[in-house]
Amino acid sequence: MKTWIGIDLGSTTTKAVVLDEQGAVLGRGITNSRSNYDAACEVARREAYLDARRGLFAQRLRQDGAFTGSTTGILDELIRATRLEQHLDHLDALMRIAREEGPGLGCTQGGALGTIEAGMRALALDRHTQGMQPRSEFFRDVAGSDWIECARSLPNVDAANVDVYNGLFDKAILLVEALQNLGSTERVLSAALERALVGVETTPAEEQLLRKAIQEVCAVEFEETGAVGTGYGRARLPFPEEAIRSEILCHGLGAHASFPGTRTVLDIGGQDTKAIQVDEHGVVTSFQMNDRCAAGCGRYLGYIADEMNLGLHELGPLALKSDRPVQINSTCTVFAGAELRDRLAMGQSHEDILAGLHRAIVLRATGLLARSGGVFKEFTFTGGVANNTAAVDVLRTLVKENYDIDEINISPGSIYTGALGGALFAWREDHGLKTPQLMQTTEEVTV
Amino acid sequence: MSAEQKQEPGTLREPSMLRQKAMTEGHYKRLAQAKETGKKVVYTFVPGNLTELLLAFDVLPVLPEINALQSGMRKRSGEYIAEAERQGHSEDVCTYVKCDIGMLLEGNVGPTGELLPEPDLLLLSYTGCFTFLKWFELLRERYDCPVAMLHVPYQSQGEIEPGMVEYVVEQIQTEVIPKLEEITGRKYDEDRVRELLGHSARAEDDLVAVLESAKHRPSPIDSYFGGVYYIGPLFTAFRGTLEAVEYYAQLRRETEERVRRGLGPITPAGEMSEERFRLVVEGPPNWTHFHQFWSMFHEQGAVVVASTYTKVGGLYDRGFRHDPSRPLETLAEYCLGCYTNLSLPARVDMIADYVNDYEADGFLINSVKSCNSFSAGQLVMLREVEERCGKPGAFIETDLVDPRYFSASNVKNRIESYFQMLDQRRAAETGEASPDRAPQRVTPS
Repeated sequence: MKTWIGIDLGSTTTKAVVLDEQGAVLGRGITNSRSNYDAACEVARREAYLDARRGLFAQRLRQDGAFTGSTTGILDELIRATRLEQHLDHLDALMRIAREEGPGLGCTQGGALGTIEAGMRALALDRHTQGMQPRSEFFRDVAGSDWIECARSLPNVDAANVDVYNGLFDKAILLVEALQNLGSTERVLSAALERALVGVETTPAEEQLLRKAIQEVCAVEFEETGAVGTGYGRARLPFPEEAIRSEILCHGLGAHASFPGTRTVLDIGGQDTKAIQVDEHGVVTSFQMNDRCAAGCGRYLGYIADEMNLGLHELGPLALKSDRPVQINSTCTVFAGAELRDRLAMGQSHEDILAGLHRAIVLRATGLLARSGGVFKEFTFTGGVANNTAAVDVLRTLVKENYDIDEINISPGSIYTGALGGALFAWREDHGLKTPQLMQTTEEVTV
Repeated sequence: MSAEQKQEPGTLREPSMLRQKAMTEGHYKRLAQAKETGKKVVYTFVPGNLTELLLAFDVLPVLPEINALQSGMRKRSGEYIAEAERQGHSEDVCTYVKCDIGMLLEGNVGPTGELLPEPDLLLLSYTGCFTFLKWFELLRERYDCPVAMLHVPYQSQGEIEPGMVEYVVEQIQTEVIPKLEEITGRKYDEDRVRELLGHSARAEDDLVAVLESAKHRPSPIDSYFGGVYYIGPLFTAFRGTLEAVEYYAQLRRETEERVRRGLGPITPAGEMSEERFRLVVEGPPNWTHFHQFWSMFHEQGAVVVASTYTKVGGLYDRGFRHDPSRPLETLAEYCLGCYTNLSLPARVDMIADYVNDYEADGFLINSVKSCNSFSAGQLVMLREVEERCGKPGAFIETDLVDPRYFSASNVKNRIESYFQMLDQRRAAETGEASPDRAPQRVTPS
């Protein structure tokens, strides 16, 4: 099966989108960016292909008609179970490396690593059973907090000893993240299916059908026909130079593909905020990026989340609970912690502070929009911050006030917009089309 | 603004480059020997400089901002700025000033490694930049020498009004000339000034021909990165000299020869083989990473066909010429007409005209942290020019000589994105090549 891929190597996350022969999105993958760019790129790619196989599986279920059970139910369970299986694969690798590196770092307490491993496994399974959303979708973050929790509860350890064990995690996680081929896709998907079947009512015949479908989609051979890299780290991607595009073009095209009426795009990325104007074909006509200072970019929210010991996805909902947002002027990421502590010391609530800083970020972004020429219909918001409800809320108010535009297009896959644009560039290279014939997926919505 | 001190071996150089380098070295040598030769020394600035008047009194000019940019190119400015900050100058002060003050504090050794002489007079020739005023206050404190201050009114109505010329002429007569007479013991010799102004006009004609050669395709010159070398002699100590006349005649001949042979500009990486983008640039260059900055353009096949920075010492291509028949008036008009003294609408006109006349694909604003004279209003200018020309503008931020404010990866990211956008737009407009093809790196021949 021919595929085309776009990879967006951002400062915080690396994203990949795989397209099929028709230019439709087959799969998407994401991982945290890391010092090893090749690994980040490869992990995102593998994630996208795994997702593609899962997508093919879903197609098959819908087409076959032989499966009478709840398609949505089994697919949702499969997604959750896949995450768990991948997590467990990573955990195995982490502990294997930890056992190799442990003695060298003074982690010699008998049975300690076994206790940590058992504890971490139990935490992961508990979350899965209870349907809890982990604080982050990345193994590093989840495993990091699990490890600390388990190391603290080791018998007969003092604080210094816990630090030694935490140091071991820091070393081992780097090595795990450099691994590019953790666990076979077939094993992950097959095991995930078995796990999913537990939670869904099925007949033995249906189970057989599902197992066969998984085996079939795992046997599909992908022939990667084109690849385009983009993002802040694009120059480091293992692609030839002609296969590298700036994220400006990719976000422009990706937004156009998701919402063909798009004229203005706002992307708030990890360290860049971009205001992009595109024409009716998705061709960029002008753009502006944040100045030399990255204050108020997505990374800022990451720091704030860390400071508040919250998950990124928890920030928006919390900010929306505010009834008296505070005014925050500085969105300097480096000073974020000090600003936050100062505010808390003044007795201001987490909710009010968060509301204030979401507003500050969006104000900076709207300044950039003004610089780029304003906001024109349709207006599409891309990047990870577009998933943050509080940020969207403020943006909607400001865009209404300043440009009298009511609607903002946001795709649930907004974080993949750059990678989608890259994949489309790759796809068009072989299909000779100047404008993409998209391929609206069902997920795109206007909020 | 001479040729750089260190050129890579095998760098392509035309004879005019070597001549210019020798001229600059000669000037610094004369400065180093000023005390022995009994020459008087005047510190002054590039905008509105009265070089012909100074040369008529046989004094030697020192231009502190040129020393600062030279220090930037020689990678010394970071250390000088740190020294000035140790003395209490804020991080927000213009880095030209701090670089100069730092150099002074570290012994006042000039770009060629020779000692710079102390001033006999500080001639503040342009007050549109408030920082210049403060800069000379600092130098006055240090050197305890007389100051001649020429107050130059801003062109708030977008043009030089008759009263302004009279006002400046009067100051030249009552403030500048008497002080020059006093320090040199010579009388003002108007015939000598006329003679020098005549030389200036000849050199100015040739410079304009060189700058306008960029209207050709391919452009034989880069009017920004190369342009800063071309303006060197005329904007500094050589205007009015026969040396400058000869230099510009030679430069013009070489340029015309390049046009005849259809050659592109010479860059540090060699001759540019393919002209892919034609740009207009507003704002001064970054000096600390000058070559790296330039390479972000020439590696992509981008040539700057017109720039405003090469007009800070005179808008010759907009028609100004020094006129020997009206010596003091022409000097006054020169002071009033320097680029940063123009109103914002006049600057927008100029950039828009450049984009159109030089058939540019777009324009770029390099907004420098140090210089409010340049940077104030640039975002408005960006929008105006975009609207008027229908060409997209790029906006980047660097600094003059503070290396801390040049983030190569950020600047490169924006410039690359900009070129890719131009490529995509062009393909969409012409319907020719696939708009998807990424720009190819141009290998200089």
